Amino acid sequence: MGLNIILRYLLQRLMQIIPVLLGISCITFGLMHLTPGDPAEIMLRADGIKPTLEATRAARHALGLDGPIHMQFVHWLYRVFHLDLGKSYRSGLPVWEELMSRFPATVLLSGSSLLTAILIALPLGIGSALYPGSLLDRLGRACALFSVSMPGYWLGLLLIYYGAVKLKWFPMMGMEGWSSVILPACTLGFGMAGIYIRLIRTSLLEVLGKLYIKAARAKGLREWQVISGHALRNALLPSLTLLGIHTGGLLGGSVIVESIFSWPGIGRYAVEAIFAKDYTVIQGYVLIMAVAVVLINVAVDLLHQLLNPRIRLR
Amino acid sequence: MNRLHMFKSNGAKAGGIIVLLFVCIGIFAPWLAPSDPLQIHMEHKLSMPSWEYPLGTDHLGRCVLSRLVYGTRTSLYYSLMVLAAVFSISIPVGLLAGYVGGIVDHLIMRVIDILLAFPSLILSLAVTAVLGPSMKNLLISFAVVWWAGYARVIRSMVLQIKESDYIMAAKAGGATHLQIILRHILLNAARPILVLASIEIGTIMLSIAGLSFLGLGAQPPTPEWGVMLNDSRPYIQTEPRLLLYPGLAIMLSVLGFNLLGEGLRKPGQKEEL
Repeated sequence: MGLNIILRYLLQRLMQIIPVLLGISCITFGLMHLTPGDPAEIMLRADGIKPTLEATRAARHALGLDGPIHMQFVHWLYRVFHLDLGKSYRSGLPVWEELMSRFPATVLLSGSSLLTAILIALPLGIGSALYPGSLLDRLGRACALFSVSMPGYWLGLLLIYYGAVKLKWFPMMGMEGWSSVILPACTLGFGMAGIYIRLIRTSLLEVLGKLYIKAARAKGLREWQVISGHALRNALLPSLTLLGIHTGGLLGGSVIVESIFSWPGIGRYAVEAIFAKDYTVIQGYVLIMAVAVVLINVAVDLLHQLLNPRIRLR
Repeated sequence: MNRLHMFKSNGAKAGGIIVLLFVCIGIFAPWLAPSDPLQIHMEHKLSMPSWEYPLGTDHLGRCVLSRLVYGTRTSLYYSLMVLAAVFSISIPVGLLAGYVGGIVDHLIMRVIDILLAFPSLILSLAVTAVLGPSMKNLLISFAVVWWAGYARVIRSMVLQIKESDYIMAAKAGGATHLQIILRHILLNAARPILVLASIEIGTIMLSIAGLSFLGLGAQPPTPEWGVMLNDSRPYIQTEPRLLLYPGLAIMLSVLGFNLLGEGLRKPGQKEEL
């Protein structure tokens, strides 16, 4: 597979997402116009300036809020392209920088939760597919069921109670030291693990019935070679797609888990912004997250194409 | 599919019983609750279980059991409302896209693609933020955001049904479009849609309680499980039992709906889904 084909595919996909990105920006822009109150006035009040008629007009001009709505949209889009998402009503700092400064914490949490999910799901999923009906299979099924039924916010509180209050092994909240990431990562990871257990189990069972597995066995390969080299490689592809979707969602910061553990990430910041009616922050947050999800999906598709020899790039 | 056949698996049976139990608790809440869920008794605050308060009282001296019982009502009621709102958008849209096809289908699908690009909870949060936190606004924000995914599923159901022979026969028999849509397509899609609903209601309950927990859904003093869980947070070190009950209630009810949904899906899967 030549680099040329990959580049062409990538370009094609990027062309496809342009209307989606445009739609996303329309919705995000429109959201601001549904907000009660005049943004210019709110900003002036936040700065401690009395919103006289003149001051409001000047502020509106500065925010690009005068003129017809389509021109406002164009202005706004122009600024977004230059990573100018406006300033936070509360702190007066640029929204882009505020969000980016909280991003590393969220990435750390996302990565560790995905790792936790995989560490739970991989052995259980593979085990239950290899030995259907066994004790391991039942354990996997029970684990999957609880994983999708357990409210993450409750699991988080229980983990805080047992891990931090009773045993005192972990800090209750905040981000201090490596041990502080364990409880939130377990909360998020367990919640995701269930879907992976089921997905790995069904796709591995399906693959094991395929002819090329029979061929590999007939060739005289050892069982572990058949499983790891032939079966797993194909069976894990659907999980990869799901992993992409989850990564997108996680980067938005798990709003609830970050709030429970006072994790200094992007999700908790968004919740604070909602309560403070900091609309520019909310707008910037929604926009960045949607764009990130779209781009991650493209990346996952590309990865999917590269790893699966049977999908031919058009 | 035999109607009784779907309750063959033990999981579905257990799920059905749990769901029925919660539905009964919800319906008969006023008779089951030992006291008023809103009545504040500061002199009894944080008291241990007793004859008067079987599960003790919360930080305002309200009866925990009564709040749990009424919370069942709140949770089920709003979950069904969200489900109804979501389906009242997604069914017509899905039918329209699948049946009419062409440019209409193309346009609808683009809108759906755009909506699905947003992580669903985040867009709901944003809409709630704009409208202000309340249960009514939570309902609106879920409906506005979540119809897209269901519309896509219903569209693909319609596409599948549209190709079947009996639709062709109905067309040949001179049935009008409306007749075909209502009598043939919608009726045949009804069961898979119901299965979809029973699988999804667990997720809806979790999300409602989750946003209420954050303070963006039901507002205190409404007896609601998420609100109760949030109320219990300051007492995690001193009164951990307060966070046990509402969490257990959420988990059990969601577990029941999930078991039921899976049980309903399995036998039908071969034929329809």
